[in-house]
Amino acid sequence: MAGESNTRAGRIGDVILAVEGVSLAFGGVKALNAISFDVREHEVRAIIGPNGAGKSSMLNVINGVYHPQEGTIRYLGREYHDMDPHQVAVSGIARTFQNLALFKGMSVLDNIMSGRNLKMHSNILLQALRIGPALREEIEHREVVEGIIDFLEIQAYRKSQVGQLPYGLQKRVDLARALAMEPRILLLDEPMAGMNLEEKQDMCRFILDANDHFGTTIVLIEHDMSVVMDISDRVVVLDYGRKIGDGTPDEVRANQAVIDAYLGVTH
Amino acid sequence: MAESLAGLDTFPKLLMHHARVRAERPAIREKDLGIWQTWSWGRFANEVRSLACGLAAQGFKRGDHLAIIGDNRPRVYAAMCAAQCLGGIPVPLYQDAVATEMAFPIQNAAIAYALAEDQEQVDKLFEILPQCPTLAHIYYDEPRGLRHYDQPQLMSCDRLLELGAASQRRDPAFLETEIAKGAGSDTAAMFFTSGTTGAAKGVVLTHHSLIDRALAAAQMEGLTDADVVLAYLPPAWIGQNIFSYAQPFVTGYCICCPESPETVMSDMRDIGPTYYFAPPRVFEALLTQVSIRMEDASALKRSLYRYFMEVARRVGGNLLDGKSVGALDRLMYRLGDALVYGPLRNVLGMSRVRVAYTAGEAIGPDLFRFYRSLGINLKQLYGSTETSVFVCVQPNGQVKADTVGPAVKGVELSFTPERELLIRSPGLFKEYYKNPEATAASKDAQGWFHTGDAGYFDADGHLKIIDRVKDVGKLADGSLFAPKYLENKLKFFPFIKEAVAFGHGRDRVCAFINMDMEAVGNWAEKRGMPYSGYVDLASRDEVYGLVRECIEKVNADLAAEPEVAASQIHRFLILHKQLEADDGELTRTSKVRRLHVGEKYAALVDALYAGKDIVHVEAQVRYEDGRTGSISANLKIRDAKTFPPAAARKAA
Repeated sequence: MAGESNTRAGRIGDVILAVEGVSLAFGGVKALNAISFDVREHEVRAIIGPNGAGKSSMLNVINGVYHPQEGTIRYLGREYHDMDPHQVAVSGIARTFQNLALFKGMSVLDNIMSGRNLKMHSNILLQALRIGPALREEIEHREVVEGIIDFLEIQAYRKSQVGQLPYGLQKRVDLARALAMEPRILLLDEPMAGMNLEEKQDMCRFILDANDHFGTTIVLIEHDMSVVMDISDRVVVLDYGRKIGDGTPDEVRANQAVIDAYLGVTH
Repeated sequence: MAESLAGLDTFPKLLMHHARVRAERPAIREKDLGIWQTWSWGRFANEVRSLACGLAAQGFKRGDHLAIIGDNRPRVYAAMCAAQCLGGIPVPLYQDAVATEMAFPIQNAAIAYALAEDQEQVDKLFEILPQCPTLAHIYYDEPRGLRHYDQPQLMSCDRLLELGAASQRRDPAFLETEIAKGAGSDTAAMFFTSGTTGAAKGVVLTHHSLIDRALAAAQMEGLTDADVVLAYLPPAWIGQNIFSYAQPFVTGYCICCPESPETVMSDMRDIGPTYYFAPPRVFEALLTQVSIRMEDASALKRSLYRYFMEVARRVGGNLLDGKSVGALDRLMYRLGDALVYGPLRNVLGMSRVRVAYTAGEAIGPDLFRFYRSLGINLKQLYGSTETSVFVCVQPNGQVKADTVGPAVKGVELSFTPERELLIRSPGLFKEYYKNPEATAASKDAQGWFHTGDAGYFDADGHLKIIDRVKDVGKLADGSLFAPKYLENKLKFFPFIKEAVAFGHGRDRVCAFINMDMEAVGNWAEKRGMPYSGYVDLASRDEVYGLVRECIEKVNADLAAEPEVAASQIHRFLILHKQLEADDGELTRTSKVRRLHVGEKYAALVDALYAGKDIVHVEAQVRYEDGRTGSISANLKIRDAKTFPPAAARKAA
């Protein structure tokens, strides 16, 4: 794998997402305080930090769920303000959720198909009747979805009801649905939370493979430092809404402020 | 089988024959992206041609070995034939083996060419590359994850096919000439035995042996090109190779490759194979699943199931054997077929099965009868890698639960005074690769193969195997001790997954038990018994009680048989972990390596015999990702009731 880092580094392109001086407050609570960082095309970018550091808030800001009071977000060179989650999704940013937001009563296949929603163009009546262009369209989408099912190795659960699957598999379905959007940037909110070691390793492999195979830029939030350090190209560290570190995993690991935040320090 | 296969003495010649005679008939199906894709014999042959020419362009020569590591995929089988086209020797290796296990075969045959299915297998090959410097070419089928690998040995199969197609255009006659050079006496393939009995050995089989046996069995069962087989066991195992390579090549039937190892059950329902093989443990797992699901069914369904299964138990087997059955029973069975057996066969994916085989180890009589009573023609066979599988097969209408049937056409059987089975057959292996001592030790001057299995013929001339000759031991008082016989009896209980019996040279028999997590877990759930995991459940007194009941039933059975009455199990313990192939406790075909287990857990064996009630154990385990860790537990040891031997019938 020695050669891998070289060739991968070679693929990483220009900045596609830049967060500049973003601050977010809920009443008197400052969740994010003048945060700036950027994400380059094709890289795996991690946002880490202890509980309550503002990681999920950061993701929600990028995702358009929260609108920051200060600062700007520049995506593909264009600044965006007040975009809602739907518009963000249309522009090519997909996400998964920390606590899963799947349709529990639907099959794995239908859940992943729902990720293709934004790409379906035929009118709803034709879709309901599955005739003409709608049927053709469904077959095309199904093919993409089957490719993702194969990619994430969930063929055995295609027809299973999502709510009945073990947690680790549900996480995989969540990832599958996000990938079904064929996003440029994929935001992963604690993809490894609540998993055992083997599931974590599988998930790491899938994230790296998605990054490699589809060229998807990945922004992930993670609690578990060791996992992040292994798979990320660059890491942002937040603590109490402030950025306290930014750089390669090795740089971040050596950063005194980061060590203090994680291990605690006497003031 | 109307068509003449005369003169077709190698697999490539057979392939080209099918590509001419039945070019459009399906040869291989594979489920990909949720849809069954069909490779006709014509397409399969073209793929083989391109692969073969590609390999030739890469310098692969007559007599070279090609290591093949992968699950059942069309290309895996195409690669086997491609190597054979060039007079080379495919060496399929188990795809779930850890890297270090692959080093020996590659070193042994100084293998330079390998075909690996995917990144996982490629990684393993690179891991052992320092020990295997001969390995110069590694081809991979599935490119995923391999994009950034820049090792010079690596090339994709697609690239290899392009090279092959190009060289075929330059010299179209080349391959035909190469194929024509092949002869039946050439080596067709080399299989590494799983090594129940020590180091792995490469078993060299010729085209003639494999084709002869495949044909003999196909004729016996009347297989045609309309038959369908699901290829789901490792291609490196001779059995799967016979059913999904040798036999389709002699009959022209179609094999189907499942989408993934987890989807085998549903793929089997899709396909509805007509010819099926599974080791007893698969049949057992299926029955366990059925039983568990039945227990959760509604009361009406449960009582229907119970009633009609009783009817089936009484008359189903007889109907299948063509024996006479009363008119009322016939009617009830037909009703049961509509309500229970038919739907059940359908759920099992066995609606169309004409012939089903099981082999590899003893099958429980209840389990065996269950499938036969459903109208599934399950039969036993006996064979090994060294004999190209088919030695004995039960003919239709002469099926028994405790024998493996009479010899197949062409096979001669005999016994040594120690009851060791000897075999002479056209299917015998040529030699163990680069191991003349082992060859000489197992194949004598008269051409008899010494199987190492102990057995005898029953009154009908059916072969009955009891144990390995070398495992048959003696208790301290000199009475017979056949550990496998005991272990099999124990394993027939659903709650017991594995058992290891000790007793050779001792005054009494003691055993390790491996509980069946699925069955015992379900049992505990039914009783509302909370437990935190395997180790916890295995140490519960309730579970010990459950296992003790099973052992006592076995003891009662044994007491009734004078020869083995002394082998009743006095003490036992339940192991804290499943026996695993990765920990070296089972072979890759899931047989217990008794000696190794005995050595590894020597402290536990001592505790059993020392009369202790509890023993502390710490064991190394190897996780699936290759790392090692250790678990520790306190194991309880319990006594089981034994019975006085049945009245002194032992006159002799």
